[in-house]
Amino acid sequence: MPDIAPARDAADALQAAMPEALLDCHSFRDETTLIVAPAQVVDVCRFLRDTPGLVYNFLSDISAVDYWPEQERPERFGICYHLLSMLYGRRLRVKIYVAEDESEAPTMTGVWPGANWLEREIFDLIGIRFSGHPDLRRILMPSEWDGHPHRRDYPLGYEQVQFSFNAEEIMKHKPFARE
Amino acid sequence: MAVVETPTSAPDAYRWEGNIEELRGLVSERAFTGETMLLNMGPHHPSTHGVLRVLLELDGEQIVNAVPDVGFLHTGIEKTIESKTYEKGVTATDRMDYLSPLSNNMAFCLAVEKLVDLDVPPRAQLIRVVCLELQRIASHLVWLGTHAIDLGAMSVLLYAFREREKVLDMLEMLSGQRMMGSYFRPGGVWRDITPDFKPTLVNFLGEFPRAVEDYQRLLEKNPIWVDRTQGVGVIEPDRALAWGMSGPTLRGSGVNWDLRKSMPYSGYEQFTFNVPLGEHGDVYDRFMCRILELWESMKILHQALERLEDKGPFRSDNRKFVPPPRSELGQSMEAVIHHFKLWTSGFDAPDEEVYAAVESPRGEIGCYLHGTGGNMPRRVHFKTPSFMHISSLPLLTQGHFIADLVAIIGSVDIVLGDCDR
Amino acid sequence: MGVSSKLGNLGVVTTTLDQAINWARTGAMWPLLFGLACCAIEYMSTQASSYDMSRFGMELNRATPRQADLLIVSGRVTRKMAPVVRQLYDQMAAPKWVISMGDCASCGGIYNNYAIVQGVDEIVPVDVYIAGCPPRPEQLMHGVLTLHQKVHGETILDWATEAPRA
Repeated sequence: MPDIAPARDAADALQAAMPEALLDCHSFRDETTLIVAPAQVVDVCRFLRDTPGLVYNFLSDISAVDYWPEQERPERFGICYHLLSMLYGRRLRVKIYVAEDESEAPTMTGVWPGANWLEREIFDLIGIRFSGHPDLRRILMPSEWDGHPHRRDYPLGYEQVQFSFNAEEIMKHKPFARE
Repeated sequence: MAVVETPTSAPDAYRWEGNIEELRGLVSERAFTGETMLLNMGPHHPSTHGVLRVLLELDGEQIVNAVPDVGFLHTGIEKTIESKTYEKGVTATDRMDYLSPLSNNMAFCLAVEKLVDLDVPPRAQLIRVVCLELQRIASHLVWLGTHAIDLGAMSVLLYAFREREKVLDMLEMLSGQRMMGSYFRPGGVWRDITPDFKPTLVNFLGEFPRAVEDYQRLLEKNPIWVDRTQGVGVIEPDRALAWGMSGPTLRGSGVNWDLRKSMPYSGYEQFTFNVPLGEHGDVYDRFMCRILELWESMKILHQALERLEDKGPFRSDNRKFVPPPRSELGQSMEAVIHHFKLWTSGFDAPDEEVYAAVESPRGEIGCYLHGTGGNMPRRVHFKTPSFMHISSLPLLTQGHFIADLVAIIGSVDIVLGDCDR
Repeated sequence: MGVSSKLGNLGVVTTTLDQAINWARTGAMWPLLFGLACCAIEYMSTQASSYDMSRFGMELNRATPRQADLLIVSGRVTRKMAPVVRQLYDQMAAPKWVISMGDCASCGGIYNNYAIVQGVDEIVPVDVYIAGCPPRPEQLMHGVLTLHQKVHGETILDWATEAPRA
């Protein structure tokens, strides 16, 4: 079973090796989150991957979260790197915060090439740019799409349901529908 | 340049309006001189298992570069869940990986349960394991049929779907729906197993081994099959890890990593089963891994069947998160209040983040869930295996013949709904 | 165009000819081998051994739209996919029919959001809608048989004289 104690090791080891990079560390339901400085996240991940005793060798996921419209947080976006140590069977979350006016983070493709598409997805859906990314294009949405749909201020895009009172209005969108 | 120019007689609507310069960096420089050919495969192509588009750069028959283009099935499922309560979100997750909806349910339910710290009774966990393994069998059967039909072995599809119908019948018995049952709910499963479920399962386990033997006899030593799959689409273990592969695709390269074994969830640690491993990391090894997984799933089902009691709680009785059964509504005022509360506004979850992962038939499905403190999530993100596998398609296909491309696409078992979400 | 001008106004002849042609059209209505999402898996089940849609003359799925009569839109149509679906429809030779299979194709289903076209009838004319998410194979068969009924009510002049439908 996954163990919490070795994951604390990661924070301690990081604290010892790169004290300026580690901003905060907390854990919730046996999951450890290291909050690090955005500029050093690549070095931190490389350190976590290559250090014996840690060996977070597998990048499970990169997910971005949009904290809009909360005002009390200084930065709008968070990016979580979910690392997995196959040797010790435990997970770790490395998190950085990105401000809206910068919206830029360093790319992880140098450490794990598999980060390529995960970062493209974040660029497409959340709109954070990754500096140094080899191929930063839209991936899921059409290339001419306007906006980043998974931002919290982007509307879900609700379309009216057709009832008898608004049938004609809806049918205007459907020129090809026959009875 | 001449390669991509459309004939002047083509109707304006179909004229390719893209700029060839957009492809610079994606395809080799030889494509711009016309030395290599650019060929567009998909999104409507029978062998791409859905709506994958691959832009191929070909040197004669050989693939120089493959540039996958996904998103033709991007449904906005994550965004949809963000506007729904946690229990309603389960329904939307079904339609991601539509060959194994229960794995998606499982990942989402595990994340929700972790976020709100909700217990799941042991019997519910056991029912979940039974369902997950049945789903794994069903999913592998579709994979087997389509993979074989891509390589010209037509009859396997008909055999595989014959057995798959039996599995779907059982899932329908449980949830009332053949595919998208939304049977798992936060805290357990939707309802108890029906009385005829166990006899049907016993029946199925009795006749399924013969069917798997048949599939193996059809393909395993078939010289055409062996010729077309061995040594094709090889990926080394370290590269597979670096590219984020998981599931049978990773195990085909010989990496012993199965979340059911290494980081057990839902009581998988109580079962004895093996993790089939490949050696060479080619199409044939991935094929064998999946075939052998069918046997392992049967093993798990046999063990689960022995333990599956007829009575017991199938869902947590924590009334703050789990609605009361109908039978209580007539007698208890509290039950009515809980019922009303949970079905109108749902339950609240803390403003924290969790990540839960399960081993789906294709690999690791991870669910990142961030609550708001209210009744809807702030952010749901699914890490899906097909997404990672398609991203490494260029790696797998480079240097192979174009006819091998369908073998490789089939062997990594992609589902576009899983990839695009 | 061709038949009516050649035959003039021979009502009796065209009626019996209608029956013969409609019998032929419904007896071998080849669908386009085209799967989008979850419904495509049920569509495969319908084609496979247990349900066997070849009983209704549909054993041959054509991968090229030029040889297909029936477009089964099986699954959600995204805004990125919509032009492709339309182009496939345009490439099919008349007479051609469309079945919208499942809730997502018919009305957007549970995905009333930015990415999904709210009903494939926004882009192509639909003959039969099938409800269900996904519809059972029996429902798809019922849809196909309903389409056959509709075709039996058609006359060749519908397809012969009308301008190609938009």
